[in-house]
Amino acid sequence: MTKWSLSTLSRLKSDWLFTVVTRSSACVAAAIVFLVVAFLISESIPAIRQIGVGRFITDASWHPLSDQFNLTPMIVASLTITLGAILIAAPLGISAAIYCQFYAPTAIAVWYRRLIELLSGIPSVVFGLWGLVVLAPIVARLGGSGQSILTASLVLGLMILPTVALTTQAALRSVPGEWLAGGAALGFCRSSTIRRIALPAARRGILGGLLLALARAMGETMAVLMLAGNVVEMPDSIVAPARTLTANIALEMGYATAGHRSVLFVSGLFLIAIVAVSVSLAGFGGAVDE
Amino acid sequence: MNSLTDRLVSLMIGSAAALVAAVLGWVLLDILYRGIGDLSWEFLAQPPEDAGRSGGIAPIIVSTMLILMVALIAAVPLSLSAAAALAQQRHRRFGWAWIASRCLDVLAAVPSVVFGLFGNAFFCVALGMGYSILAGGLTLACMILPILIHTTEHGLRAVPADYHYAAASLGLSRTTTFFRITLPAALPAIAAGLVLGIGRALAETAALIFTAGYVTRQPESLMGSGRSMSVHIFDMAMNVPAGDGRANATAALLVAMLLIINAAAMSLASKASAKLSGQTAEDMNSRQYV
Repeated sequence: MTKWSLSTLSRLKSDWLFTVVTRSSACVAAAIVFLVVAFLISESIPAIRQIGVGRFITDASWHPLSDQFNLTPMIVASLTITLGAILIAAPLGISAAIYCQFYAPTAIAVWYRRLIELLSGIPSVVFGLWGLVVLAPIVARLGGSGQSILTASLVLGLMILPTVALTTQAALRSVPGEWLAGGAALGFCRSSTIRRIALPAARRGILGGLLLALARAMGETMAVLMLAGNVVEMPDSIVAPARTLTANIALEMGYATAGHRSVLFVSGLFLIAIVAVSVSLAGFGGAVDE
Repeated sequence: MNSLTDRLVSLMIGSAAALVAAVLGWVLLDILYRGIGDLSWEFLAQPPEDAGRSGGIAPIIVSTMLILMVALIAAVPLSLSAAAALAQQRHRRFGWAWIASRCLDVLAAVPSVVFGLFGNAFFCVALGMGYSILAGGLTLACMILPILIHTTEHGLRAVPADYHYAAASLGLSRTTTFFRITLPAALPAIAAGLVLGIGRALAETAALIFTAGYVTRQPESLMGSGRSMSVHIFDMAMNVPAGDGRANATAALLVAMLLIINAAAMSLASKASAKLSGQTAEDMNSRQYV
């Protein structure tokens, strides 16, 4: 759209109204994020004051009803499952993007992309159900009940794969054609062109995509809630059950009161902080490249 | 030697891409296949019985649609207005439009369970709505706002500058130009974004459990509590023994709805680009004759 400033094109009264209404809507929409954070903080304050941040690490266990608030097993579980998901999604997602951008014939590339876009819209609760019915029995053969860190990581990896693939492809697409042509002129074969020119040039965009995927995996609730087993324990193997921070919120919010409820808001605040940092880093990386 | 590596890399990339497509296709077909047998007219038209194990999901479909309606009524006008303001601005780094966009990026990445916490604290408790369709719908509105603004802003920006110059030369005010020229030209793109937002809202679970609530009966009003289809899938799979069959059927229905929505979004998006390029060509032709 054309850029106007208030003083240049026209100064009709109705335009003044239009400008004020639209700009204030934009500010209201942007302010919602502050409202969210403000409410999380105000609900967290009782826990931080009465219980103190230190006890989230030093308490003996997570037994909120008997005043024990150790969050570490859940933080560890969240990080482990997220890491597992990234380890699965990164190589496969990047390969899928490279295939789509450099190898697939145009007609196939279009449909391949559509399939991936479609999968990014499948509800997490449906992925969770699929994992529960199909994948958990298979994983159970390795030991445990089937509801474990491994199952949750596998399904979560599948869920964030579209994010990795789509952002990587967008980054690869924005590599200037001359650079690739230059590679061909130097006698590079296709794999060298990709490895030596395309991937380094798209590095920032790919990294940004991985950060977005990490944020999504960290915040994902339903699939993990249905697949990780939800036992609050320090996990000792990948087929052991675990409970993530997000699953803990979803499980206990229904009956939590007073200090317990407040601790759940603290974990929400912690999640939003992690996500905001990764999204800002991803945004800065992408923006600089443009 | 070089061509051998090249072939090896091609083979690896190709098989990784095929694996991704196969697994994603497996998930999609598996969900549809497991549930489609239980789909029937009775399933759509009857209330659930025996905690959902038999009967249908009619009240749940009604609740889902009501929640969606509330979310759209709240989010669409605000997003349109905010996007109109943002699309007219050049996003200078640290200018107000840039800051607003970054805030919306962070809002878009807030985990859905955190939206659930916020919605519960703000809409249910602070504003006194309790567990209700209204609270759930408004929480969803906050969630889909960033995606609606993003797609609408892109749609508005895609309208050729010529349109605005022509309007300005005719002495139209910015307000008139927006409502009579920019908005109609961008309508298919905006509709495509709207459809994506609907898809996102239908898929949402974690934000609704503690805002719209859990009850299976038909809500009497917007202040009544109601369960969305996604929450129903979760509840049937996790909390109701032998509820898998109904969970699969609901999941298949939800996925089928999302497939239709996705196809609609795609056709609208292609219509959008066709409309804009087509119209410019037409304008060029008519200008020659005038």
